[in-house]
Amino acid sequence: MALNSDGLQKRVRCVLLVLSGKGGVGKSSVSVQLALSFLSLGKKVGLLDADLCGPSIPLMIGAHGKNVQRGPDGWLPVRAGPSASLSLMSVAFLLSNKDDAIVWRGPKKTAMIKQFLSDVQWGDLDILIVDTPPGTSDEHLAVLEGLRGHPVYSAVLVTTPQAVSVGDVRRELTFCHKTGTKVLGIVENMSGFVCPHCVECTNIFSQGGGESLAKECDIRFLGSVPLDPSLALTLDKDRDFSCAATEGPAEAALRHIAEILLKEMNEDANVAQTS
Amino acid sequence: MGIRLGVKARLVICCPEVFTAGWTQQYLRCAVNLLPRHFSTLKEHQKKLMGRGLPKQAPLPGVKRIVAVASGKGGVGKSTTAVNLALAIAANDPKVSVGLLDADIHGPSIPMLMNLSGNPEVTKDNLLRPLVNYGIACMSMGFLIGDSQPVIWRGLMVMSALEKMLKQVSWGPLDYLLVDLPPGTGDVHLSLCQHVPLSGAVIVSTPQDLALIDARRAAEMFRKVGVPVIGMVVNMSGFQCPNCHHQTHIFGESETAKQLGLDVLGEIPLHISIRESSDRGKPIVLLLPGGAEALAYVHTASKVVKCLERMASS
Repeated sequence: MALNSDGLQKRVRCVLLVLSGKGGVGKSSVSVQLALSFLSLGKKVGLLDADLCGPSIPLMIGAHGKNVQRGPDGWLPVRAGPSASLSLMSVAFLLSNKDDAIVWRGPKKTAMIKQFLSDVQWGDLDILIVDTPPGTSDEHLAVLEGLRGHPVYSAVLVTTPQAVSVGDVRRELTFCHKTGTKVLGIVENMSGFVCPHCVECTNIFSQGGGESLAKECDIRFLGSVPLDPSLALTLDKDRDFSCAATEGPAEAALRHIAEILLKEMNEDANVAQTS
Repeated sequence: MGIRLGVKARLVICCPEVFTAGWTQQYLRCAVNLLPRHFSTLKEHQKKLMGRGLPKQAPLPGVKRIVAVASGKGGVGKSTTAVNLALAIAANDPKVSVGLLDADIHGPSIPMLMNLSGNPEVTKDNLLRPLVNYGIACMSMGFLIGDSQPVIWRGLMVMSALEKMLKQVSWGPLDYLLVDLPPGTGDVHLSLCQHVPLSGAVIVSTPQDLALIDARRAAEMFRKVGVPVIGMVVNMSGFQCPNCHHQTHIFGESETAKQLGLDVLGEIPLHISIRESSDRGKPIVLLLPGGAEALAYVHTASKVVKCLERMASS
């Protein structure tokens, strides 16, 4: 059954948007790591790559080059990750050449995202993670319109510590307030780099910006994730996050964040069920 | 009765009762001979219809060259590169005048990077006057909205805002106008190419494959719309630990940049001073002009200018 407005409430327990405002802070990496963490905690997880111009999730999860199959009631999500347990949808699966540029204007992007939400047979999921592009435009509005009516949708904001990123994330926070999107917290990514040679920590992208923003806006600070070169190297060596050596410093930090998020979403879902 | 030719034309036989195998070939030959002329007329007609409503491309008065700084991937340092390139072009030749347009409507970074704030004045011709710092004339959505105000606009409004920031700004005589584009390949990029003639595009990327895939998409987009791609700036190319000087390629060291078939215009190292200077609103080219990072930008700017001059003369 596709994720239409009825299926939304019945089949998907919680929806988690991963937002930023700033590009390149690691939204997709965080989305994938959160998905893998939720899977390892025994949850049924779906991951929607709503970044139409730069769909990176398939590459990160070892699903690059796969195609979408059509079922009787709609598209079947691609199964990826450990034991093919993650349901995944990305525009990359619809391209004949996976590296083609998607040069679309707003209405076409809006239509695509709405199709992803209404025409994909997600099945029963505990959590559907939606990875978004930077900014506050057509894709974001389309996602929120498609999720309208779902009782448990919330967002996690990702930033890097530096002022330029924090400024954009502040705007994204305002966007969340204006659209009535509950913000579960802020993740500060690329927070400090530990030299593998001498163990000296250098704050290449500054320090503490995300935590200060969380305090300033009275939002929960979920934690800092260090800059881990092994994550970038994993993909460059044609592996993916699901088969990388587990529990590097970044993975450990994100697993802890996933546990906090899961607890919050479960509480919200229980409240929604009883009301 | 009809015969489908290819996927675009249909030959309708009006009198099937007189149709024979021998006549089929003759009729088909006639039809095929007629088709190219009709197709080209049809194509022109379609182009004319679809061209209605599209913006008319026109140069900006007084602006000699417009250069897009794009990436595809977010967070690779487009804005930092655009700012430092603008300053480096001006530093290399004090006679040239340079402007900087921040086309990232949703996440404008130029105000912070150039230490500019405040609302632009309006001239008596009802044009916005760009804000100027370090000798560079700048325009950004960030000057028109509050610090924490999101721009929750769909594509149509974004296109309109870009058009205003291009054409309703009193840029004055400029030798170079650099346009800092947002990540992606969408409304802003298409609208920019439709509104003004671009002299070229500089693609910024980090060395990791994930960023280079998006960089390839951006380059392909420019090629499709007929904008020459000048080359690529490889940003965050390596990090040297300030303590032990050990070199780590945090964002990879892929050779794919060269495999994309793009000239590498420069490689900018990942150095804490670039971020610190950016956060302070004094770009590295000005803050530490003799440093390796600033020199990397100066060298890159020189290559960009030479490429543009070569393209213009050919």
